[in-house]
Amino acid sequence: MVAEIIKPENIAYAKSKVLTDAPMHYCPGCSHGTVHKILAEVIEDLGIQDKTIGITPVGCAVLLYSYLDIDWVEAAHGRAPAVATGIKRANPDMHVLAYQGDGDLAAIGTGEIIHACNRGENITVIFINNGIYGMTGGQMAPTTLVGMKTATTPQGRQVDINGYPFKVSEIMAQLPGTSYVTRQAVHTPGAVRQAKKALKKAVEKAYAGKGTSFVEFVATCSSGWKLSPTEANRWMTENMLPFYPLGDLKDN
Amino acid sequence: MSELRLMKGNEVIAEAAIRCGCDAYFGYPITPQSEVMETLMELRPWETTGMVALQAESEVASINMVYGAASTGKRAMTSSSSPGISLMAEGLSYLAGAELPCLVVNVSRGGPGLGTIQPSQADYFMATKGGGHGDFHLIVLAPSSVQEMHDFVFLAFDLAFKYRNPAMILADGVIGQMMEKVKLLDPRPRRTREEVLRDTGSWAATGKSNRPRNIITSVELDPAKHEKFNQKLQVKYAEMREKEVRYEELLCDDAEYLIAAYGISARIGQKAVELLRAEGVKVGLFRPITLYPFPTVQVAARAKQLKGILCVELSAGQMIEDVRLSVGSSLPVAHFGRNGGVIHSPNEVVEAMRQVFEF
Repeated sequence: MVAEIIKPENIAYAKSKVLTDAPMHYCPGCSHGTVHKILAEVIEDLGIQDKTIGITPVGCAVLLYSYLDIDWVEAAHGRAPAVATGIKRANPDMHVLAYQGDGDLAAIGTGEIIHACNRGENITVIFINNGIYGMTGGQMAPTTLVGMKTATTPQGRQVDINGYPFKVSEIMAQLPGTSYVTRQAVHTPGAVRQAKKALKKAVEKAYAGKGTSFVEFVATCSSGWKLSPTEANRWMTENMLPFYPLGDLKDN
Repeated sequence: MSELRLMKGNEVIAEAAIRCGCDAYFGYPITPQSEVMETLMELRPWETTGMVALQAESEVASINMVYGAASTGKRAMTSSSSPGISLMAEGLSYLAGAELPCLVVNVSRGGPGLGTIQPSQADYFMATKGGGHGDFHLIVLAPSSVQEMHDFVFLAFDLAFKYRNPAMILADGVIGQMMEKVKLLDPRPRRTREEVLRDTGSWAATGKSNRPRNIITSVELDPAKHEKFNQKLQVKYAEMREKEVRYEELLCDDAEYLIAAYGISARIGQKAVELLRAEGVKVGLFRPITLYPFPTVQVAARAKQLKGILCVELSAGQMIEDVRLSVGSSLPVAHFGRNGGVIHSPNEVVEAMRQVFEF
């Protein structure tokens, strides 16, 4: 009976060969692990494991190179788009992929991401937006919602002091160098399927030399938000998604 | 057949980069070295050797583009001047921490701050002692002629790849801007993908196929492992100190006094030596070519016969610290130098010698 079930033609789902066996260090409920998984599946589906060079950020995903079985380059905080530019320009045949969080990409690395996208570097950028600095202990990010409590906005983000939450994808969509800008999430099975499709399209377009692909993931940080994984998903749906609506912003 | 041309120091950096098979240049305009990138854009090497030349949005981006290209085993470089090199400090630390070879050219100008666009040698500390956080060293070469601007591009890349360590050419605004006769070496082709894989495939991020994945990183969360890595770096620096010291001595055999100077100050010092010799003063010139590794043993050996050393620098006295560390308190070591963009004349150096050593 068991042998019947595990016959290859009956396998509906298997772990991607591009994922390593290393146990992920992420907190329960964190979106990073799911995004890593679909990224691995996209790389496997497209058969570009040997053609992909990834850039890991400074932030919670700093150890991403432990989880995907491709060549990796660890960048300084915020510099991944510049590092990606250097790799891609010197190796135009490779698929180059930068993975960044909101502190990394939208605060310290604002200059690098805007200019890489504006030059239309043929790279894929994955942007994890959970509205908070996860690794350093839950401080305010540029994308923190108004009123949202963080370690550095204990009374909640106030616009007169901290300014406004930063809609990065909307800016990237304005730049002529981007060819595909989309905002996705991985909080439900349906969203994961949708996000994987979008990610695949992003990688295909960048690898085909159409310009920069920019994929934002509105993500949870249950530790930083001080919520259970279930509550974090609900909070994200009720608060983050109205401000950061899902869907394609640009598809040229 | 090598080719003879009259060229500016900055222009020759660009010409030498193409000729030595450099794969990629990333830079940001800053005086007094903007001719490096301008010359590259004029020469359009992407149409001939396939070398990439790209103007970045900042020095921070430039050095990180270099980091990216160097991660893939390519010969990558940037050039800038003092304030721009300050911005690259983070990137240099990451390059050293990830053991990546690359070339950074600093055509230095007067600081601190925005300072002046005139020549200076006040970046010696930054180049040899610091230039970023953590225990690391750059390989630092100091050209004192346009010819050496050319030659050291080749040498810097060779040393950078030999040791998997960033190398710096520390020039100054004079060497960058002046024109001299230069003998250009025959072009050597850029390495093919097969050659890159052969030479750097054991570590470079070239795309994982038929081998465990290569990871370029400087992060290590286990302190015991990180201490071990730091010790490995120190072994590398010790090997450089043993094998890569380069220097030049002029009229030192019978010298009682020494002028120690590098870069443009060595050229000025050379004239001062001529003037003093004409007066019968037995003085020689000691010119460190590698500022890191510094020719410590060689200065100390020469010091045994000397009554004193005058360190001549376009700074308030930086290299003098390495000279003093080399010779200890065995003889007087004094500093002379103009700074802030002012250049000393040979006569001022002669006068300083007279005053310091009272002859």
